[in-house]
Amino acid sequence: MISVKHLTRTFDDFTAVDDLSFEIAPGDVVGFLGPNGAGKSTTMKMLTGFLSPSSGEVKIDNLSMQQNAKMLQKKIGYLPEGSPVYGDMTVFQFLHFIADVRELKGKSKKARIGEVITQLELQSVLNRTVDNLSKGFKRRVGLAQAIIHDPQILILDEPTDGLDPNQKHHVRELIRKLSQDKLVIISTHILEEVTSVCNRVMIIAKGQLRFDGTPTALQQKSRYYHAVSLTLSYAADISGLAEIEGVADMEINRITGQVTLFPEPDTYILGPITNYINHRKLPVDALFVEQGRVDEVFRRITSEEAA
Amino acid sequence: MRNAWLVAKREFSSFFASPVAYVFIAIFLMLSGIFTFFVGNFYDRGQADLLPFFNFHPWLYLFLVPAIGMRSWAEERRSGTIELLMTLPITVTEAVIGKFIAAWGVLALSLALTFPLWISVNYLGSPDNGIIIAAYIGSWLMSGAFLAISMCMSAITKNQVVAFILAIVVCFLFVVSGSGIVLDAFQPWAGNLVIDTIASFSLLTHFEAMAKGVLALNDVGYFIILTALWLYGCLIIIEQKKAD
Repeated sequence: MISVKHLTRTFDDFTAVDDLSFEIAPGDVVGFLGPNGAGKSTTMKMLTGFLSPSSGEVKIDNLSMQQNAKMLQKKIGYLPEGSPVYGDMTVFQFLHFIADVRELKGKSKKARIGEVITQLELQSVLNRTVDNLSKGFKRRVGLAQAIIHDPQILILDEPTDGLDPNQKHHVRELIRKLSQDKLVIISTHILEEVTSVCNRVMIIAKGQLRFDGTPTALQQKSRYYHAVSLTLSYAADISGLAEIEGVADMEINRITGQVTLFPEPDTYILGPITNYINHRKLPVDALFVEQGRVDEVFRRITSEEAA
Repeated sequence: MRNAWLVAKREFSSFFASPVAYVFIAIFLMLSGIFTFFVGNFYDRGQADLLPFFNFHPWLYLFLVPAIGMRSWAEERRSGTIELLMTLPITVTEAVIGKFIAAWGVLALSLALTFPLWISVNYLGSPDNGIIIAAYIGSWLMSGAFLAISMCMSAITKNQVVAFILAIVVCFLFVVSGSGIVLDAFQPWAGNLVIDTIASFSLLTHFEAMAKGVLALNDVGYFIILTALWLYGCLIIIEQKKAD
């Protein structure tokens, strides 16, 4: 369990993290979102004990990070931003070094190294030096390093950055598998990642917490949440759609011809709309219910001035 | 201290994974040979000892040890691995000691590889081998002091070249602090006590006796304290600005 109280970090006259407070419990898979420079990495550096806060404190399992850093760091697996790895070592040597530092010994060491090699598909590069690896492989070595001791707390700073779509999918699957009964924090600016992997979203901007809730709650903040979009095969009179009870607004995309109907809060408008379409025999090609556009909410939340 | 040993092992093998250690050892052996035979007149002296060999060590270390020490922290900073290292359950002290041991080990190896000289001198005459061993130990201790200074300078910056130059400057001050270069600046205004104190910092003076095979407590103590102080400085710098 991580508890953060009034965490603040300043660099000279720049405030990177501004009075953050939150709690994260085991089982939470937190997507840490924010634009570049929002303070995500700085926060993670403080959570892992690399950086000390200017004020406020980080507590893990009720122990203060600053006083018990070395003990708490044993419980944490951390992938720093950019996945720094000792470039002159081979992948195998590097994993051995980390396993040694993580106090793995004998059979369990061998087993764990074997396991992470399989999980991250590193077999083909084991004897290559890290400097000669592609960005994707380097990232995977960094991930392997973070999970080798099967930590209770996993903190990953942009784990899928620089991976191709297949690898991204693979890493997300891996995180999903790992995240059972663990506490996971993932920073990212890829929004789909959050909805596919996380069960909690925290958005920070300018060092402040702007949103904290489930991915569904985030989607609900979108005006597209439960809106109905439809396309017509040829022009027809659709003015009546906007008059349907429960429909608050109608928008037509001039380029694609897509019509979007926005519901009034907490109303399902799919039923009345299909009825209307059937009744009028409108030439509808496609019709679907929107799930809420997270990118729109993200933009709105992060560009708001400090609330 | 188990972790310090792990760090040391990693660092040591990393010296040999890159050309750094090989180049260092080759240059060290070459230069020490040149100094001994050409500048030190090893043969012409007609004496069975290694004094001409050891006498040049401070000057050799002045340039070579900063070259070994410069990457220790600067490279960690530049590549970001310092974040990895410092978030592993390894204390800063362990990391500093580990890195020091690894680099000091490379220096020990370089010194050990000068054994042909020792064989030659035994072949040519009958030197006092106790003196030679004592001088070797003294030289290794002195290299530790140079190394601690270099690593401390390396902790300041992420640029290896800057670390190298700073280390040379500081090492140079310690080497010459007993000579006119430094003392003349103090002569006109400072009292004798100050001048004596500064002069007593000189690596040269302390090494002089050691090169002759005398391991006096105050000289040995001087090098150990100097090393410990600079390593402690390095520790504080890393603690304070590891994330910069």
